[in-house]
Amino acid sequence: MRHSTTIGCGPITFRIGSDWAAPIAAIDALYAPYPKPVSCIPHFTVRLEATAWWRRWVAPSIAISGDFWLPEAAPLPLSMGLLAAEMAMNLQVALGERRFLLLHAASVEKDGKALILTGESGSGKSTLAALLALKGWRFLGDEFALIEPATGMIHPFPRPTSLKNEAIAAVMTRLPEDRFGPLLKATPKGDLRHLVPPLESLVQMHEPALPALLLYPTYGAASTTRDVGKAENFVRLTQASTNYVALGEAGFGALTRFVDLVPAIAIDYPDSDTALRIVNRLWKAHG
Amino acid sequence: MTLLYHRPSGQTHILVEPAPQILDALSGAALTEAELLTTLGFDFEVTQAEAIGERLSELLAAGLVTAT
Repeated sequence: MRHSTTIGCGPITFRIGSDWAAPIAAIDALYAPYPKPVSCIPHFTVRLEATAWWRRWVAPSIAISGDFWLPEAAPLPLSMGLLAAEMAMNLQVALGERRFLLLHAASVEKDGKALILTGESGSGKSTLAALLALKGWRFLGDEFALIEPATGMIHPFPRPTSLKNEAIAAVMTRLPEDRFGPLLKATPKGDLRHLVPPLESLVQMHEPALPALLLYPTYGAASTTRDVGKAENFVRLTQASTNYVALGEAGFGALTRFVDLVPAIAIDYPDSDTALRIVNRLWKAHG
Repeated sequence: MTLLYHRPSGQTHILVEPAPQILDALSGAALTEAELLTTLGFDFEVTQAEAIGERLSELLAAGLVTAT
């Protein structure tokens, strides 16, 4: 490809190639604070390709491709090149990662122990993780929690957090502008802006943590908490994993150990401040 | 809750009572349904014949038990 870059995040290195310079420049700017990868051999390759040769110049349109791709994935305009690259990296990990059991979850760490937040899009897990990182927690990741099958430890994968719609303003009031990527308006997920994790999270992005508490947050409801039973927790987590089946017995072992050892609690909350109070209370009890 | 990973198929099964007890009872030798009921009654205090029958059918359908 004409333009390319290599970035590393935790245990995963990506090589990103593009038919245009702009997405590579945007990725390099967003990932500038990240330590350079130790090895130049990537785990995954991403390709941002023109949907047809003439689409490099006429209404430029990006087809997301790489080691793994989805035929039905809709192309994105060149103006959303950064989003295309981020989505492509997520796709490579979701479809190709085999060293770790993946959970669709955000995670943070305190005193060597990890708090994992899982749930559907819109549950507020990304925003909560970003706000906890402002309160002294180490940010481990936003999109995926990586569980090492042999040890059960959570390995950091601190990619920039995708803040969407109202969450953008909620977090921007608390942090300087230079912590954020460009505002991408009217994406398929609404308005979107990336938040770069705190520098200390990036410096420590090779230090795993022991999982201690799993929360299922739901934003927008009156404040309640409910213990989640192991059977329900196991089934929900198999659905929250993109590679549980692919890992076979190793995935079974990792997930059953996780469900057996890590308490799971569903929390409903009307606003972020209430959520943070609930999290602090539950962490004192279980963390 | 009992979870079972079936190596030949790679499938994960969630088992509810008395399915785990049925599998334990059948882990040694093959048993007729009557012998199974007797074994479950003595060893596992499981006596609901109808529930046993339903779970046994499910285990057969899932390939976790085979009829000889």
